[in-house]
Amino acid sequence: MSDTDETRLIEITVPALPERLKLIRNTLRITAETVGCSETCRQDIVMAVDEACQNIIRHGYKNDPDGLITVDVRLARDTLVIKLIDYAQPVVVEQVKSRDLEDVRPGGLGVHIIRECMDEAEFKRPPEGAGNLLELTKKIV
Amino acid sequence: MAYKVHKTGDYAIVELTGDVDLERSPDVRKLLLEQIGAGHAVIVDLSGVSYIDSSGVASLVEAFQNARKRGSDFSLASVSTAAMRVLELARLDKIFTIHASVDAVTGG
Repeated sequence: MSDTDETRLIEITVPALPERLKLIRNTLRITAETVGCSETCRQDIVMAVDEACQNIIRHGYKNDPDGLITVDVRLARDTLVIKLIDYAQPVVVEQVKSRDLEDVRPGGLGVHIIRECMDEAEFKRPPEGAGNLLELTKKIV
Repeated sequence: MAYKVHKTGDYAIVELTGDVDLERSPDVRKLLLEQIGAGHAVIVDLSGVSYIDSSGVASLVEAFQNARKRGSDFSLASVSTAAMRVLELARLDKIFTIHASVDAVTGG
């Protein structure tokens, strides 16, 4: 899908800090509500974006407080397209995987939650100067 | 996020409210492990939890496993809809002991 098919809704850049995640969640919740997402759809989007941002903070920036995350939300017909851009080292996509849920232990659930909550989650070519671009899509229901 | 701890008999009831996220889950982890370490059977009341992420769930799993190693009880009660959705996604709703209410356990 080309950029021209998308309507830009909101773009924010925030410090990659745990205490800024609530700001991202609230922004996503209001944006999803504005375009008519149901409560369940909003919850799914908020959870997935929050988990993806956590991965950026913990694994991308390794808790470096100087990191930044850009959240770019667009509407493409009946689908929300959310681009998460960071400036950390590029992710080795093959290493991004969910753990076996039968192996009950703390941690390792973020990727599973993202995949369950969104229709698509895919790393794409980041803009010049950025480290990673994760694109999440969700049909509005 | 806020929390309250109160004791009823052998039980420590830990009430969590608000968002249990990456910012707050280290506090939850510490609190739960302290209660288990003090020898209490722990019930975590999740009725007031509006949001919980994978880091919050990880704190519950760690506490649950720690309690099991010690042979003490650890359970959840009054799980909010938002928290239950995450537990179900993580397929942990069948792993944790979940009570309809704290009173159902303590007879309060």
